Amino acid sequence: MDNAGFIFASYIITFGSVGAYALGVIRRSRKSSRDVPRDQRPWL
Amino acid sequence: MNTTDTTTAPNSSPRDRVTGTTFTRGLGVVILAGMILLVILGLFVSPPDVNQGESVRIMYAHVPGAWLAYLAFVVTGISSAAYLWKRTRSLTWDRIAGASAEVGVLFMGISLVTGSLWGRITWGTYWTWDARLTTTAFLFVTYIGYLAVRGLGGTHQQRARRSAVLALLAVLEIPLVHFSVELWNTLHQEASIAGRGTDVEMDGLMLFTLFLGVVVFTLMYVWLVLHRQRSLALDDMLDDSGLDNALTARRAEAQGVAR
Repeated sequence: MDNAGFIFASYIITFGSVGAYALGVIRRSRKSSRDVPRDQRPWL
Repeated sequence: MNTTDTTTAPNSSPRDRVTGTTFTRGLGVVILAGMILLVILGLFVSPPDVNQGESVRIMYAHVPGAWLAYLAFVVTGISSAAYLWKRTRSLTWDRIAGASAEVGVLFMGISLVTGSLWGRITWGTYWTWDARLTTTAFLFVTYIGYLAVRGLGGTHQQRARRSAVLALLAVLEIPLVHFSVELWNTLHQEASIAGRGTDVEMDGLMLFTLFLGVVVFTLMYVWLVLHRQRSLALDDMLDDSGLDNALTARRAEAQGVAR
């Protein structure tokens, strides 16, 4: 495959950054939820 | 010694769902399966382009990324308008706007980086001050500014009002970015599928892979915004309870001094 480095890099950057962002959001939510009772979370 | 367990809320277990629900978990599984299929089709199965060769494979990440950024910023604009309109005024709209803008910045960043890599192959340069690239970079910086404004101090209502006004101004840039390829002579190609008067001559599998990319990225957007919006709600609840606790402490302190 020509230009394989650029092509693979674009996929790694795309899915890597979305995955890192998703993990960051979940981690931040877990930290915040420690002090918020379950009954105050309307989505549950 | 402090023996308080700080890892979980008093009425939650370690496996407790934080911002997830049955829907988001199911959606997550669908997204993972779609991502795997997209990578297989995009990297190995879909054919190379007649003109661009193998580099066209970047399109399956670049185009959905740009589409999602547009969608995210439009949702931010609509949610901001819903907040400003008295009948629908709710901080939930403000949090959806904030979450959507954050995810939009992520996808716009992805689109800029993948576009830059694609440009290096096809144009021989990572960056050029072309109309499409410049307006896109300007849009990206505008929404970083929007997120910075959201982070300024004040009450939740003050944050919501000032960021909603800014979002309604920022969304006006999107048509400029989209039509920049028609308004000016640019290196960037015009819309190949939904453009005016475009004659689609794309291989069926290429078209399907691109369509799959758009669907998978849209589902990713929904998942991310749902979680981020709930995470922002948790932060707001913590802010409120922190303020209440501080006020109670000050009142108790003031009563102690008065005695």
